[in-house]
Amino acid sequence: MLTIKNLHANINGKEILRGINLQVNEGEIHAIMGPNGSGKSTLSAVLTGNPLFTVTEGEVLFNDKNLLDLAPEDRSREGIFLSFQYPVEIPGVSMTNFMRSAINEHRKYKDLDPISASDFLKLMREKKDLVELDNKLASRSVNEGFSGGEKKRNEIFQMAMLDPKLSILDETDSGLDIDALRIVANGVNKLKTDHNACIVITHYQRLLDYIKPDIVHVLYKGQIVKTAGPELALELEERGYDWIKQEVDAR
Amino acid sequence: MSIEQSYVELYKEHQADLKKPCSDLLNAGRDEAFARFESLGFPTTHNEDYLYTDLGVPFSIDYGLNLNRLYIPVAFRCDVPSINAYLYYVVNDSFYVTQEQPVLPEGVIICGLNEAAQKYPELVAKYYNRQAGRDKAATVAFNEAFVQDGFFMYVPKGVVLPQPVQLVDIMRSDVDFMANSRNLVIIEEGASAQLLECAHTQDPVQFLCNRVTEVFVCENGSFEYYALENTHNKTTNIGSLLVKQEASSNVLINTVTLHNGLTRNNIRVDLDGANAEILLCGMAIGDKNQQIDNFTQINHNTHHCRSHELFKYVLDDSAIGAFAGRIYVAPGAQKTEALMTNKNLCATPTAKMKAKPQLEIYADDVKCSHGATVGQLDEAALFYMRSRGISVQEAKLLLKFAFAADVIENIRIDALKDRIHLLVEKRFRGELSKCAGCVICQ
Repeated sequence: MLTIKNLHANINGKEILRGINLQVNEGEIHAIMGPNGSGKSTLSAVLTGNPLFTVTEGEVLFNDKNLLDLAPEDRSREGIFLSFQYPVEIPGVSMTNFMRSAINEHRKYKDLDPISASDFLKLMREKKDLVELDNKLASRSVNEGFSGGEKKRNEIFQMAMLDPKLSILDETDSGLDIDALRIVANGVNKLKTDHNACIVITHYQRLLDYIKPDIVHVLYKGQIVKTAGPELALELEERGYDWIKQEVDAR
Repeated sequence: MSIEQSYVELYKEHQADLKKPCSDLLNAGRDEAFARFESLGFPTTHNEDYLYTDLGVPFSIDYGLNLNRLYIPVAFRCDVPSINAYLYYVVNDSFYVTQEQPVLPEGVIICGLNEAAQKYPELVAKYYNRQAGRDKAATVAFNEAFVQDGFFMYVPKGVVLPQPVQLVDIMRSDVDFMANSRNLVIIEEGASAQLLECAHTQDPVQFLCNRVTEVFVCENGSFEYYALENTHNKTTNIGSLLVKQEASSNVLINTVTLHNGLTRNNIRVDLDGANAEILLCGMAIGDKNQQIDNFTQINHNTHHCRSHELFKYVLDDSAIGAFAGRIYVAPGAQKTEALMTNKNLCATPTAKMKAKPQLEIYADDVKCSHGATVGQLDEAALFYMRSRGISVQEAKLLLKFAFAADVIENIRIDALKDRIHLLVEKRFRGELSKCAGCVICQ
């Protein structure tokens, strides 16, 4: 589904990603862990086309399409979704208008007619329940005045609405209390099928107790330096990152 | 010859023509007003209040004037599907008599200003020029010197108009044209009315409209005034809205500049009686080389009055916006509450906005605040929306629309609010780039 080859990227001339290689297949959950500043969030930003970052080298294929050639909105329409670490507040734009615009643009991309009002409301209601968001959501402005937990649940709600092929969860556990974490993780698990995939970017093992990864990668200094099964996450929880840093720096 | 000099010649040569069709009341102050204009001259950027708009330039064009009151026919269909309103037209500066005049509640008078001055001289004399006379602007003096007609509306004591009045102003001419039209609105004690005025241009010539609107709202009176401008790029619109409010009166003014050429609105509100309240809002949408300059002045002349002011601009391309919000709190105007907000969005690096809040406070027990911001579209919000599949154009539209929404929310006529929502959206989508008749009514 997703193939990343030798990806290099920088921000303001400072190189952050230094040759990432990664293969994600249908039905898989990958966890990407790593110390602060290793490039985890940059990877998610580059995959979704954030204009702040510049790709200098490498290739990303998504279902055989060259992802880096696509505008951010087209990447979304092709089925990539990013759950933001810091969801953006958009005062004055209601969740309903925002979601309806997004859904209809996705439909237009697939040559479908705009969604009917009743189908849309039904869809909103159904997906909202998944992450236990309240009924007032529809009339509220996007993320405005939302608590930290509500913002993260709202991200998963949007993911449910758009039904992506590949979801990237960027530090979705940060700022969540244990109940919110459970709700968010349950939402993600319910959306998981054999035909989609998920990349979970996280600092801590905590989230991985709820969302079980198939493969765990460690990102350090802009490269994936270690890849193993779920047991790696547990080991990192116990031993920290220092042993990996030493291993890499010794090379 | 200076620009002013050409108008001096015009006035000298044609003052008999000007006066002939008009009532004594309109003629009475003409010469004195012209002398006042002559000594003032057109305001240029040397004038502190006109730093961003030089009015000498638009007046330098050789316009035709309809001094002999030639009948100018219009074909302008304006049936309002959603707004039930008493509908009237002013073509250039003439009140346009249609076949069927609406049936008004007893005592209410709506007609042309010249007709009113002839039929009800005592009533009109009691108000005409009383508020405009307090204003020192040259454009107001110019209007008084050249005025021949306009719109008159009188709502007597205690009468509540059951539906809004809609006034459609149409500029119509085959040659470059100037009109000096004059509106007079009187809301007596305890009376209540809503007025929607839409300004349009019909022909592809250069227009200059120098309009003065005097509004008197007596004790306990209530008045809502919605002014919508949808004119073409070759239009200069100079509007002077001069409002006098008595005790416990309540006024809402909402000016929407949807499409224009060069617009200068002078809005002056005198709060002359205790507990008077004004909500003054405005929205301006500019693109290409459009220029919109709103100059507002709210005078708290007495105690216990409240004024709230909210103006928002969305500027694209090389549009220029200017806003001045002057609030004067007179000595002894204690317990004044005056809040002013001006927020502006420059969607391109070449759009310019000049914002100037000005508070002059001579009383010590008052609550006054002002805030002005100029910003760009939020890049983070744009990327967030794009990452959900929303195109750049659509995302920008949603942001601009959200920005302007709270001004529209202040419209208290639901059907009009829906209409403006739609028009603003069309405007942002670029579907309203030329004026094709009355957009309110399409």
